[in-house]
Amino acid sequence: MNFYILTLIKAGLVAFVLLTTAAYLVWIERKLLAHIQLRLGPQRVGPHGLLQPLADLVKLVTKEGLIPQQVNKIYFLLAPFAAVMLALISISVIPFGPEVEIFGQRTWLQLTDLKIGVLFVLAISSIGVYGVALGGWASNNKYALLGGLRSSAQMISYELPLALAIAAPLLLSNTLSFRELVETQSGFLGGVLGNWNLWYQPVSFLVFLISAFAETNRVPFDLPEAENELVAGFHTEYSSLGFAAFFTAEYANIITACAVGTHIWLGGWQPIIAPHLGGIWVPSLVFAFFGIMSLFHATQPARRWDKYTFPVLGLAALGLAALFAIPLLQPVLVPLFWFAAKTGALIFLFIWIRGTLPRFRYDQLMRFAWTFLFPVALVNLLVTGLVVALQP
Amino acid sequence: MDVILFLIFAFIAVASAVSLVLQRHPISSALSLIGVMGALAVLYLLLGAEFMAAAQLIVYAGAIMVLFVFVIMLLNAGRERPSAASRLVRWLGIPLFTLFIGVMAYFIQTFFPKTLDVSFGGFTQGAGLEIGRQLFTRYLLPFEVTSLLILIAIIGAIVLARKEI
Repeated sequence: MNFYILTLIKAGLVAFVLLTTAAYLVWIERKLLAHIQLRLGPQRVGPHGLLQPLADLVKLVTKEGLIPQQVNKIYFLLAPFAAVMLALISISVIPFGPEVEIFGQRTWLQLTDLKIGVLFVLAISSIGVYGVALGGWASNNKYALLGGLRSSAQMISYELPLALAIAAPLLLSNTLSFRELVETQSGFLGGVLGNWNLWYQPVSFLVFLISAFAETNRVPFDLPEAENELVAGFHTEYSSLGFAAFFTAEYANIITACAVGTHIWLGGWQPIIAPHLGGIWVPSLVFAFFGIMSLFHATQPARRWDKYTFPVLGLAALGLAALFAIPLLQPVLVPLFWFAAKTGALIFLFIWIRGTLPRFRYDQLMRFAWTFLFPVALVNLLVTGLVVALQP
Repeated sequence: MDVILFLIFAFIAVASAVSLVLQRHPISSALSLIGVMGALAVLYLLLGAEFMAAAQLIVYAGAIMVLFVFVIMLLNAGRERPSAASRLVRWLGIPLFTLFIGVMAYFIQTFFPKTLDVSFGGFTQGAGLEIGRQLFTRYLLPFEVTSLLILIAIIGAIVLARKEI
């Protein structure tokens, strides 16, 4: 019985955290993009626009859900549902940390560990295209249809290099389960640096990243919703919760893709630096540094509210630092910190590139996938296979 | 539990297959086919063939059916008009079909030996390791011949397409 209760609690927690993160990713993205473009971004709702996701949610829920005439109603309503459902499923096989003991219960920080976890994520992501394609088709709108068509063609093309890129590190690790994948990367090179797959497989990591951009419909490959050509692409006709579902699906997909990249190439929840060199204390140090900096700035306020906001921020950061220094909580919190930090860094990269690169043209996108990315991934896989086979 | 799950997904598979034939719109038919593939994948999973289940989803539901849907959407195929059914089909269709099913069931019952009962989860050779090993030792020749066949098909498609340019 304990197992069921524990699983229910974990499932609720994971769903809550994932949806909240997805909602706040919108805020983070708007803020980051704004600062890249020398703007301020959302400012009005709450301090620094922090309550913007909440306001967006209220707006989207209370808005009228329009169903245009002449659309195929069943598929029109089914498409956003399928998109968000498939986007949320794959997080269930992704671990967030090692086996831990909470209140005398030993459990993994993961919903379930499939023996074929990596394949499961690939399968779900390959089916995920139906949400977009169907939504575009059912809308009975030429822009939406073009968006849906582009999306399905793009997903098929980039799935190949993605799968080939993932296969190479899997050859090294000799497993398909995320949990075991992370455990094979547990050593430390020269006793210092984490023994990550990234150091052996830099090419496949790059190919994976590029394909992940295309799979999640992100700039520079966001052709399915290219604003200046297709209005809004596949979700042109959607409003209210249908639109919200597509948006949630997109951000949940980004989080999943980054988590997969973290587990396969960046050593999952393993620390960057070996524990005897202070790997356990890094989170505490980071938060403590942030807190002290905030308190230092509070002594020289430059703006009106600085003398109130900076002390609060600094004390909160110091509190977090203290929390991460409690030996009892460290086995739970430190792996979570590393997982969140690495995934967060990858997500930051996604947003950074959106602020940097222009969009590809459609023929460039296809030529790039088939004549460059696919051969590179294939050669990388062949070389890796050869090296693994020649190893004694 | 296993039997209940089997019945549920077997029913979904058969229902989707029937709907695949009955639907008038190509997109609905394609989506029904995806339903069949998905239900089949779950049945594989129930048997313990995890790798097969994932491959079924990735290759059939994820790649081939996406291409189907892509082509249907690209050509913007509309609803199909039913052709006028002949009187023979209307009156003899269902009895003949029932007869065919009965004969097939009879042949399967008599000519195929009764092997062990299928026990759910009893099959443990379904992981990637075993499949890969079998594929590259026992079934190496069929595997390579199949890949050659696919290569020939690709070249044939290119040759056919080039004529049109």
